[in-house]
Amino acid sequence: MRWGVLQFPGSCDERDALHACGLAGEAQLIWHEERDLDGVDAIVVPGGFSYGDYLRAGAIARFSPAMEAVAEFAAGGGPVLGICNGFQVLCEAGLLPGALLRNDGLRFICRQTDLIAAGAESPFLAGIEEGERISIPVKHGEGRYYAPPAMLEELEANRRVAFRYAPGQNPNGSVNDIAGVVNEAGNVLGLMPHPEHAVDPLTGSTDGLRLFSAASSALANA
Amino acid sequence: MLIRPKEGILDPQGKAVEGALPALGFEGIGHVRVGRMVELEAEDPERLAELCEKLLANPLIEDFEIERIDGDG
Repeated sequence: MRWGVLQFPGSCDERDALHACGLAGEAQLIWHEERDLDGVDAIVVPGGFSYGDYLRAGAIARFSPAMEAVAEFAAGGGPVLGICNGFQVLCEAGLLPGALLRNDGLRFICRQTDLIAAGAESPFLAGIEEGERISIPVKHGEGRYYAPPAMLEELEANRRVAFRYAPGQNPNGSVNDIAGVVNEAGNVLGLMPHPEHAVDPLTGSTDGLRLFSAASSALANA
Repeated sequence: MLIRPKEGILDPQGKAVEGALPALGFEGIGHVRVGRMVELEAEDPERLAELCEKLLANPLIEDFEIERIDGDG
């Protein structure tokens, strides 16, 4: 199992993502100007401030050659995990529904948060039961998930919400407490919290590693 | 191009600005919304709406208006 972690100018979580992927297989960085994904089995679009977050978070990164390749990879069923800024990029690219807006409290928030698995199906979520609680950190200023009412209704009806913030822990005003969603096929998952920062007991939780391990196992059994 | 948050979408930036006004002695100002303006020169203005939809604005959350100023600027 080989993971590719995208790197844009302004990415800052690609090293932790590389480390997390390395615990669940082999991992390599893919520079944003690369059009060739080098045959990797799964992609992580990491957190940070791609292209300085100019215009809107993720708005410019979606036009990079690597993202064109990722769109094709995702359309072919390849697993893609977007974390934080990566989630914003995937939404801007139309690979995931909705948008991420400025936190309702305006502050940048950095804290450990409990998430509740909401029952979506995805290779990254295999083995995580609906209702299960995991603890991973959030750190963002623009993480308020928004989808227009009709889109939201469709997401809920088709069980495409991957995680919700635990009751009382919604840090940013996200609609329906949504922390992460999947695409229609389930192979693309985006979430604001950072599973790659929760892979070592040293930092308080290893729950994040489960997403990487789940995808590795799912691909090995495919 | 004038780009602003869609009606009905919470604009915390606007709220923060609004909240600061009374302390500065500005009374009676409400419904503050903060957007952004993009100035550019275009050879083919016909495609500017497409440009707004694809990049400058996110149509899910933002509305845009295009104001055309002809001439050599």
